[in-house]
Amino acid sequence: MNQEARAEKAVGAQSTAARAVRFVQHLFVRLGVLPFLLILALVVFTALSGNFLTTDNLVNVVRQSVYLTIVALGQMLALLTGGFDLSVGTIVALTSVVGATAMAAVSTASPDSVWLAITLGCLAGIAGGTLVGVTNGIGVAVFNVSPFMMTLGIASVGFGIALYMTSGMPVYGMPSQFGQVFGFGRFVGIPVPVFGAVIIVALTWVLVNRTALGRYFYAVGGNIKAAHLSGISTGRTLFLTYTLCGFLSSVCGMLLTARLETGEANIGHSLPLESIAACVIGGVSLRGGVGRVGNVVLGALFIGLVQNGMNLARIESYLQTVVLGVLLILAVIADQLRLRMIASMRD
Amino acid sequence: MSQSTGSEVEAVPPGDTARQTTPLVVCRGIVKQYPGVTALDGVDFELRAGEVHVLFGENGAGKSTLISLLAGAQAPTAGEILVRGQPVQLHSVHRARGLGISAVFQDFSLVPQLTVEQNLLLGAEPRRHGFLDRQAMRREAQAILDRLGFAIRPTEIVQHLSRAERQMVEIAKAFRTEPSVLVLDEPTASLTERETEQLFALIHRATARGVGVVYITHRISEIRRIGDRVTVLRDGHVVATVDGKSTSEDRLVELMTGRVIQDIYPAVAHQPKDVVLKVERLTSSSGSVEDASLEVRAGEIVGIAGLVGSGKSEVGRMCFGLEPVASGHVWLHGQEVTGLAPSALLSRGFFYLPPDRREEGLILMRSCRENMALTSLREAPLRRGVFLNVASERSLVQNLTARINLQPARPERDVGSFSGGNQQKVMLAKSLARPVKLFVFDEPTVGVDVGTRVAIYRFIGELCDNGAAVLLISSDLPEVLHLSHRLYVMYRGRIRAQFSGADITEQNVLRHFFEREGASSMEEASA
Repeated sequence: MNQEARAEKAVGAQSTAARAVRFVQHLFVRLGVLPFLLILALVVFTALSGNFLTTDNLVNVVRQSVYLTIVALGQMLALLTGGFDLSVGTIVALTSVVGATAMAAVSTASPDSVWLAITLGCLAGIAGGTLVGVTNGIGVAVFNVSPFMMTLGIASVGFGIALYMTSGMPVYGMPSQFGQVFGFGRFVGIPVPVFGAVIIVALTWVLVNRTALGRYFYAVGGNIKAAHLSGISTGRTLFLTYTLCGFLSSVCGMLLTARLETGEANIGHSLPLESIAACVIGGVSLRGGVGRVGNVVLGALFIGLVQNGMNLARIESYLQTVVLGVLLILAVIADQLRLRMIASMRD
Repeated sequence: MSQSTGSEVEAVPPGDTARQTTPLVVCRGIVKQYPGVTALDGVDFELRAGEVHVLFGENGAGKSTLISLLAGAQAPTAGEILVRGQPVQLHSVHRARGLGISAVFQDFSLVPQLTVEQNLLLGAEPRRHGFLDRQAMRREAQAILDRLGFAIRPTEIVQHLSRAERQMVEIAKAFRTEPSVLVLDEPTASLTERETEQLFALIHRATARGVGVVYITHRISEIRRIGDRVTVLRDGHVVATVDGKSTSEDRLVELMTGRVIQDIYPAVAHQPKDVVLKVERLTSSSGSVEDASLEVRAGEIVGIAGLVGSGKSEVGRMCFGLEPVASGHVWLHGQEVTGLAPSALLSRGFFYLPPDRREEGLILMRSCRENMALTSLREAPLRRGVFLNVASERSLVQNLTARINLQPARPERDVGSFSGGNQQKVMLAKSLARPVKLFVFDEPTVGVDVGTRVAIYRFIGELCDNGAAVLLISSDLPEVLHLSHRLYVMYRGRIRAQFSGADITEQNVLRHFFEREGASSMEEASA
């Protein structure tokens, strides 16, 4: 009797430790690496710099992360369908150049109608960027070009066009109100770009979780043959994926143009890597079919946080890209580890 | 016949040549546990030199696990394996090979981009001065193929070969090392009749040399042809080891399933009404189907039987717009639908169940709910304006989960985490999520256990009773024989015969399964 009780107690103690381990494992499997990375980043950067954990700085992080967040959402759509979009940076640059050029032209033609110039400029920029997405969509959906080749090729084409249009020079001549409102403006104390991002996050969430099209992104990425047999037009879904990704990137492009107050062909180089990193760190599977909007937003914020923290800690910008690359690879390794744990839990 | 219970040992005759020497392989009390599942539970098995020992049993009975232990791919949890009387640890495939045990598995272990000779000698390339000796390689590969009588060029790239030819290369690879124990896992599944004959001749030659063959098959006719002894497995136990030639088919099936056959198939009334599907002189672009005509009426189950590669599967795929049609017509409710896309056919009430659920049927990493609802997201009640009606999706799925008896009843879990039988049920549930008048089932019970099988047959029966038209395409002969009201038999892309009612018998059907010469030998075998 006594022996049994002791044995039971031993088992109990053992199971408490085991339960803690299992709880962490469970968290990891459910949430991915992101919460662990976030905690690590907060601890490290708070220790490195006293200015890090202040309200001002954190608002700053959110404002700086807006651009990456929007592009990462577009990237997420491409990843969900089992592809990716390497041309997001080019789309941002091309949007900036086209939008700024159009805005400056209208502004010169009729200097009084400022808001007409801003509206037409934004529309032109977004239309130009979305057109690049449409091209990607046609290549992937109609001609069956692999997303890797298609978007890589288009990235080169778009970048070339943007440089050709501007000869590599910044585009000036936009009405100053554009930058004042969309770049630096505040509404009820919150930066306007943050509002834009919140609206886009909400719309993307609804699209992905509350419409048939959103469900089809997951289905096509999860098993394209099964999706086809379930009566889903896989071509249409893929086309819309890259079109929407182009649209979201071009919205980011206009917001960034407002912030810079010039049209630039040389922006967005790091966006393909950073947006894929934000998605993967946020638990989006590179094999398609898995990913959540909320986690991608957190992934983008995490990257913003790390960049901000490194700036405050005075880490050289060249080294920052090293850190980013390492984080991306770590996130992929963690994803593999997670899959293996899921598999072993299933048995 | 009575329900058979537990393990029983029937008269076990000694091998033909009555070799009373030590058996080649002996397994004693083999247990193999996976977390949560006991795949093998105290299995005893013996292989003598010069015999063909058939492993027979349902999917999931433990056949594959047993041979993977023999081949060294996995280690047993308990029990011992003796090779020629010596206890051995088969901790790797390499080790098993070294002891003379060679296995041919179903899933191909070939590198598709390499040539036949490169594959045959993979890992054992002849070398001269540290470089590959290409001439020696060609010679050796040709010698292996010649010895086996396989007409395959050693320089052919494997991915350009047909499935059957790849299977032959796989077999040749196993014969390279002159094994003393050969493990064959359903080797004839994709072979033609002639190639099967070649393989059987090969097996005879091998056994004459004293090689012991472990042979997995689901085809009772093959047991008759080459099986000396049959070990029947069920749920990880050995049910019996019986003589391959004298044991009746009914007895084998009864041993395998643990129940009398009549239990499995429901009686479905034949009440044919309007023609729902009419196929006229359909020919596929790939040449896999030629000039096939058939019709399916509401309230009947129509079967298509035939060997793998007979074109029966392609008929269903062409009807559902998955395979290009060269000529001919498909009518649905009197409207021509030839070559329409699956989405258009689904909205006309045509549901197609693909044969491979992992490949084409399910999105494994998504939940059962999403999979079940996938076909009906664009229509009411799941659609509300541009949005999904999440509440009605939930209630639909709850309803379906209960109807198909999903185990465990947790539709939010990934489909991939369910057992094969339950995955199959989820695929069936997709058909219930929307109004369907024509069901085409291609291999609806592949890889599922008897319990689920019975449930699926009931399900199909109910669909028919409710007035749906059902086309059942299956390589499982008893299944099509028992369920079909009318049955077409396909051979080499053509519909060769049609039976209905009492004429649907195994004898009648098998006569049309093979070539004429083959047919007579088949009849002898099944007589």
